[in-house]
Amino acid sequence: MTPLLTCKQFLDELSDYLDETTASEVRESLERHLSECPNCWVICDTTRKTIQIYRGMDPVPVPDAVHTRLMAALEKKKQAARAKR
Amino acid sequence: MIESSSGAGVFDEAALVARAKAGDQAAFAELISRYERNILRLARNITRNQEDAEDVLQDAFLKAYEHLDQFQGNSKFYTWIVRIAVNESLMRLRKRKSDKTVSMDAPVETGEETVAREIAVWEENPEERYGREELRAILEKAVESLALPYRTVFALRDIEELSTEETAAALGLSVPAVKSRLLRARLQLRDKLTRFFKRKGDDAFAYL
Repeated sequence: MTPLLTCKQFLDELSDYLDETTASEVRESLERHLSECPNCWVICDTTRKTIQIYRGMDPVPVPDAVHTRLMAALEKKKQAARAKR
Repeated sequence: MIESSSGAGVFDEAALVARAKAGDQAAFAELISRYERNILRLARNITRNQEDAEDVLQDAFLKAYEHLDQFQGNSKFYTWIVRIAVNESLMRLRKRKSDKTVSMDAPVETGEETVAREIAVWEENPEERYGREELRAILEKAVESLALPYRTVFALRDIEELSTEETAAALGLSVPAVKSRLLRARLQLRDKLTRFFKRKGDDAFAYL
């Protein structure tokens, strides 16, 4: 029989639970709390969705002007290094 | 377009780095195209300023190019460039005279961060309610509203998808410190996003 958790104890473990890095006996008591506490169930579900939504976002392309400026600065650096040799 | 930060290209990456180290400019350019979008986004999330982020992007890759011979093959190039970009971003925040509150120390915990203010069920696929750009703006604004220690850890772990250990190394933090900041960041974001994603017509506790 796993001990009953308070909501605070549950929330302290939530991140590890969602990352699936909790030990199995801890996971058991977390899941028991989840099945009995609707508030924590909602928090768990919506936190999981929060992570999924952020992980699903692709980065936007770098503006052409910014990329061009970077490549030009790199070229300049290369030339300077060559001049030193 | 080459997908960045996917595990598939690790060997490929090592070969690219080796070629870049040997002076192959095209190989270094390839590393730039692979990671520049992630680095720009990361810098933007930390500095909260597009112009600063663009400067960070440039400075980080120039620094990497300059110190390429010091890069040890035992870590991924991606985590190395991320670490450089984090440092450049923090430096830029400190340089901004108006911002005197640049500290990676987490605020004193009052316990309030773990208390959810709004508890409501979300739509099954809440992101589908918004257009791409609208959604992007909502998500960016929510991250930007977090205090620096939280948004930095969140950006590394849940946006750029570094591991807990890689995040700790990049920020010079312990693993427990990363975990506790990540938890608080996730809970705060969940709270902020509930306003946008909760099921229509649902009020808190309506599911009971």
